[in-house]
Amino acid sequence: MQFSHKIAGGDFSKAGNVASAVKKVLRQMNIDHSVSKRVVIALYEGEVNVVAHAYSGVIDVDIDETRIKITISDKGPGIADIDQAMEEGYSTASPKVRENGFGAGMGLSNMRKNSDAMRISSVPGEGTIVEITNYTKPDPEKNMIIEDLGREPFVKELR
Amino acid sequence: MTIKEISDTIDGKVICCEENLSARVEYAFASDLMSDVLTVEKENIVLITGLANLQTIRTSEMSEIGCIIIARGKKTGEEMISLAKENSMTLIECPHSMFYISGKLYKAGIKPIY
Repeated sequence: MQFSHKIAGGDFSKAGNVASAVKKVLRQMNIDHSVSKRVVIALYEGEVNVVAHAYSGVIDVDIDETRIKITISDKGPGIADIDQAMEEGYSTASPKVRENGFGAGMGLSNMRKNSDAMRISSVPGEGTIVEITNYTKPDPEKNMIIEDLGREPFVKELR
Repeated sequence: MTIKEISDTIDGKVICCEENLSARVEYAFASDLMSDVLTVEKENIVLITGLANLQTIRTSEMSEIGCIIIARGKKTGEEMISLAKENSMTLIECPHSMFYISGKLYKAGIKPIY
């Protein structure tokens, strides 16, 4: 199953709508609850990142029997130093983002914790692509596999 | 404790989803920071927060939190209530601070997560 959602930067009133929709789909598909919870938390953080930092974004969801793959692509300022952005506590969020309960520098690390594989590609001044994959049947060995998704250049592979 | 007992203990006002008042809760987490709330792995907990906006409800939806206490006399908005109802979450408004609410509930036997 594949579907896409567009999201607008800066619009906090809709942040979480995609994660909520995906949560319902995963429930209908009887995906293991511990798996779906991690997926929606990672996706929600990613969605908030786009709303908080980018001008616009697209979320592509691709689900098959083995895994849930979510690609979050945005047009925005990009990330100059991904290692720094991954650090817990590092944030460039605006006061508006903080007023909404985010911007503490936990987003990307929460996404990493809640995904089995994560890749980030970013071009400063253009935008960022984050891909998160979660396997439908958790398997620690499988979780180390990062698929070659053929969308180079990825500047950072995580796990 | 039941959600009703929790609300009574903190002088709370139940705003929606009264049908959950007899549900039992064992743990609570207090934070204004939604990214911290999203790290909580336990379910069916009470969230105590001073953040009264839609993201409070969205975060609770993702973290499967069934009851939210809005502290410091802040008010829940219409959109918040409607989204909470959609997700069957009980909202409680409370005039007291997060510190007061946490202290009262801790004393009454509600456990911390960490």
